Amino acid sequence: MTIESQYQVPTVALHTNVFERVVRSVARFNGMPGMRTAFVPQPVMGKTAAELRSYVHGTDPVTGRPVVQEIVEGLTRPFRDNELQKTVYERTTPRLVDPGSEDELQRLFLENHWTDMLPIVLPTEERVAAMLAGTSREPDEVVGRMRPTLFREAWEYTVEKVAVNAVMAGARPEYLPVILALAASGSTARGSTTSSAAAMAVVNGPIRHEIGMSGGIGAMGPYNHANATIGRAYGLLSQNLQGGSVPGLTYMGSQGNGYAFTNVTFAENEEASPWEPFHVSHGFPSSASTVSVFGGVRHTAFTLGVREKHWREHVQHMLLGMDPREQPLFVLDPIAARLFVERGPFATKQELEDWAHSVAQMKASEYWDYQLVQNYVYPRATFGEEPYASMLAAAPEELIPMFPREAINVVVVGGETNGYWRIFGGSYATTVSVDDWR
Amino acid sequence: MVSVEVERLVVHNPMGYPPKVPPKPMAPRLDTLDGKTIFLVDCRFDDADLLLQQLQSWFAQNLPNVNTRLVQLSSVYTKDDPELWTRIKSEGHAAIVGVGH
Repeated sequence: MTIESQYQVPTVALHTNVFERVVRSVARFNGMPGMRTAFVPQPVMGKTAAELRSYVHGTDPVTGRPVVQEIVEGLTRPFRDNELQKTVYERTTPRLVDPGSEDELQRLFLENHWTDMLPIVLPTEERVAAMLAGTSREPDEVVGRMRPTLFREAWEYTVEKVAVNAVMAGARPEYLPVILALAASGSTARGSTTSSAAAMAVVNGPIRHEIGMSGGIGAMGPYNHANATIGRAYGLLSQNLQGGSVPGLTYMGSQGNGYAFTNVTFAENEEASPWEPFHVSHGFPSSASTVSVFGGVRHTAFTLGVREKHWREHVQHMLLGMDPREQPLFVLDPIAARLFVERGPFATKQELEDWAHSVAQMKASEYWDYQLVQNYVYPRATFGEEPYASMLAAAPEELIPMFPREAINVVVVGGETNGYWRIFGGSYATTVSVDDWR
Repeated sequence: MVSVEVERLVVHNPMGYPPKVPPKPMAPRLDTLDGKTIFLVDCRFDDADLLLQQLQSWFAQNLPNVNTRLVQLSSVYTKDDPELWTRIKSEGHAAIVGVGH
């Protein structure tokens, strides 16, 4: 769109047909409803030259006309008046919806894609007012902006709007500062990515105990009211405050993700951890209350214990089983964390992260053949970005690191009923003060 | 007949506030592609380059008076590439960008 509007070069955008609604919507909300497009069948990935040739020589699956005709006409046919947006497109959101019965409103919220398909608590004026008592911030104060993908415009939201979604999730007023901090992160829990990502929220500091969050037995769900409803609120506020998460339009996750219902939300078990709390590693004092946000949560590997003889190989295999575009997030029961301290020995979790970085290596030829590496890393390497350029120069059989060092993180959670632990794929986004939203 | 009064509830709209959308100018279309140079821009996503190679072949066979140049974004598709856009503006007449995602 930039080359067309800013550089005034006649352009046709070529897409696969499953993205038609997304493409039209993005063009419209970027002020270019007449953007010229042509579509080929999905997928392009993995097709032979002959198959792709048939795409080019075939018909556009959206319009039914030849693909090349759409392209040639897209570059040469003058715009009609109705293809050009001439005025600022105003959009507003009303504060209230039309009154209705409980059943009517539950149905309305469901049909408008305002829920996660489970029943919600209707955000009556009384309930929202009660929720707002959980913060000293003014209801009309702007909290932040969020969007489902970089190509869409960011929507804005206030304290009251966050409170509305907190009510819907079943949260209590005392949870609101954590939920506001999640909203202030600007990091969506409802990205539209085809990879079906969920989020993770790790809470640190005194707020954990003040609101009854769990870092012990069953902390990751579904056994603690605060953990469950704060995580659910994060999902609901993301989809509603960013302007939607509608399959085929603002959500393109091919398979979906069960983690997205409550977004793996828990308190770190600071008291049982042998290491410093996560937020302290990110510059906050231990007395501060924070929430740390991770995105791209899909992958999970798990095991029991850290065995004396072959623990190195076991952990290495778990890491090698990940896609190199994932970011390893060790989520350790305190028993497992203490075993790592003994086995490593790892006096700090940074030492464990360093070690994981050093053993997560694969042959260069295998690394560069991963599709996600081809899509997101290879282009950066070919134009000289380090460390990827040096990795690209490696011989095919040479071992290269799968993950950047800074991509590896460790948190401690669990009730010590056993030494189970997991490696999630989770990309650290940010740590936000909860105290600022009290 | 006993009528049951159903309570009518007033509830909040949970959606955020969308930004205003200003119109963006579209480039005038070309009178003809004959003798023109079209850049085929590979977004470097999911084998887009292989598809654009086939499109380039189609132009060579069917519209031989059109010059095509297959180029790549300098990085991943999520990053803007002003250097490439400037080059296309300077050396070309039109662009086909693919494969969008």
